[in-house]
Amino acid sequence: MPLLELKDLTVSYGRIEAVRGISLTVDEGELVTLIGANGAGKTTTMRAISGVRPLARGSVHFDGKDIARVKAHERVLQGIVQAPEGRGVFPGMTVLENLEMGCYARTFPTKAAHDEVLEHVLELFPRLRERKDQLGGTLSGGEQQMVAIGRALMARPRLLLLDEPSMGLAPLVIQQIFRIISEINGEGTTILLVEQNAQQALSRSHRAYILETGEVVKTGPGTELLADPAVKQAYLGVA
Amino acid sequence: MSTEMTTTAPAPVHLGVGDRVRLWWDALPRQTQWVAGVVGVLLVALLPVLRPPVLTTVGTDFAGVLAQFGMYALLAIGLNVVVGQTGLLDLGYVGFYAIGAYTVGLMTSPSSPWNLTDDWLSREWGWLFAVPVAVAITALSGLLLGSPTLRLRGDYLAIVTLGFGEIVRLLADNLSTVTGGGRGLNQIAYPVVGQSAERPNGIFSAGNTGLPLNSGTWWFWLSLVLIVLVLVVVGNLERSRVGRAWVAIREDEDAAEIMGVPTFKFKLWAFLIGASIGGLSGALYAGQVQFVVPTTFNVINSMLFLCAVVLGGQGNKLGVILGAFAIVYLPNFFLGRTELFGIPIDGNEIANYRYLFFGLALMILMIFRPQGLFPARQKLLTYGREVYVIARRAAAAATGRRTPDTTGGAR
Repeated sequence: MPLLELKDLTVSYGRIEAVRGISLTVDEGELVTLIGANGAGKTTTMRAISGVRPLARGSVHFDGKDIARVKAHERVLQGIVQAPEGRGVFPGMTVLENLEMGCYARTFPTKAAHDEVLEHVLELFPRLRERKDQLGGTLSGGEQQMVAIGRALMARPRLLLLDEPSMGLAPLVIQQIFRIISEINGEGTTILLVEQNAQQALSRSHRAYILETGEVVKTGPGTELLADPAVKQAYLGVA
Repeated sequence: MSTEMTTTAPAPVHLGVGDRVRLWWDALPRQTQWVAGVVGVLLVALLPVLRPPVLTTVGTDFAGVLAQFGMYALLAIGLNVVVGQTGLLDLGYVGFYAIGAYTVGLMTSPSSPWNLTDDWLSREWGWLFAVPVAVAITALSGLLLGSPTLRLRGDYLAIVTLGFGEIVRLLADNLSTVTGGGRGLNQIAYPVVGQSAERPNGIFSAGNTGLPLNSGTWWFWLSLVLIVLVLVVVGNLERSRVGRAWVAIREDEDAAEIMGVPTFKFKLWAFLIGASIGGLSGALYAGQVQFVVPTTFNVINSMLFLCAVVLGGQGNKLGVILGAFAIVYLPNFFLGRTELFGIPIDGNEIANYRYLFFGLALMILMIFRPQGLFPARQKLLTYGREVYVIARRAAAAATGRRTPDTTGGAR
């Protein structure tokens, strides 16, 4: 049974259908990527999974249960945690406070368990340890992305939703972020990633879906898609 | 990570005067803070008795001004929960003030169609009985207003609440069979205590004009007690999970929801708590003035309350109290004054132009100090003392007074 299963998912903004009946699955432990151009419906799909956007049609099953009617903040309790597009870092809170907000809903049973996870996050992102008392709004883009991912990890997600973690970052930072994403996945966290950076995302993910104007046009293992001539032309700029 | 991301040096620790004071204060032991707090409140309480020379108002009774300040301070604290803490722009806060005052008025005024003091409620205890009812009813009205409108955000919420404030006033004005209409409600009950030969109606009666302990002084003291109580409650809420949720909602509502904060529920709580504090203030007002009339609750009052919050510093509950003081005290300071430090002035004219001056003050503030005169610090809000202590240590390390703290673990 897949951990996450979307069936015929349709999401609309008014009369415009941004996502038109897509179906996809994510298995436990997988790193799955959604790739597509601007306006393909990637972020809308993410928002529907995390519950911020209501469905027009279709279903979302998490861990076998239909969660289409479950509110966004309750989905967090079940383990679906998102690092939103544009990072969504609380600007007036310190780095540490931002991380603490991550476990607001999914509280830790003991202080020791909390400290262990926090320590792990700070090991993944040593930069955050250096900046832990700095306000979120004063961080650089890469650091904010680290906060967003670290904050999501504080909730110990069963399914981590990463929405364009490479957006607006320098190439070196992108590499670093992707390395950490692989590392998190390697530790057993299931990840659904939305990306425009096809090269990095495809080479690191188990499977990928290619979205065009709200529909899945291609799916397969990441490396296989990377070699696909059509994909190469559309997303990698290789003729 | 071995990859060097940026090559910025650690930012130098720069502390302003306010931060220094805050750090000093928050590193003090709890007992010292309590003693200092009590002494501070007592000194403020002595103001109407001492009537310090320059500070005392000349055109109106100083104690009366302070009593009004007490009510505005309560309003500012309540509005601060909604605007400062949770970031919901409420332009109709005067509506809650009106509902609180009118509840007391309707229950105890002989000119009210719902007057209870004819039958089972005594004139002596009527006010005291009406206050909790007023608070409960304003809380309920906050819930009623909030549950449909808190799905709106930003400007839209502001417009709807603006409408609410006006609706309350217009209802009070036009439903004469229900609310007494434009003539208002008179002879509202007040606490009758401390009767004596000179004060036949007790110390809280408007007829008690014997200086220095006139009725204004007593109402000011009563409001001080209520302010302290409300501050303790609100302060504890701010330091709890509720307060953290509020701050998260203010900072980024979507992100808060995604972090698992039930945003709607907590916005509703903020509205409800803010409303009930506004209602409490209204109940005080009704008791002190013993007369309510719809025009008292004009929309301009909502702006004044908001002005107090913005002026004082959104999110800082002590700051907004000072903001409320400025709003109430400054016009009264100039009222009836013909000279200031030897310079002849027309104080009445200055007081008449108070809205002009408040407007100018706000504009200047927004340009040079948008966070308000006494701004809050987020981290300090959410974590309180612990962070002050850490920040103080960091500051000390940076200025070289102590060796740098190299603890690896967080917190």
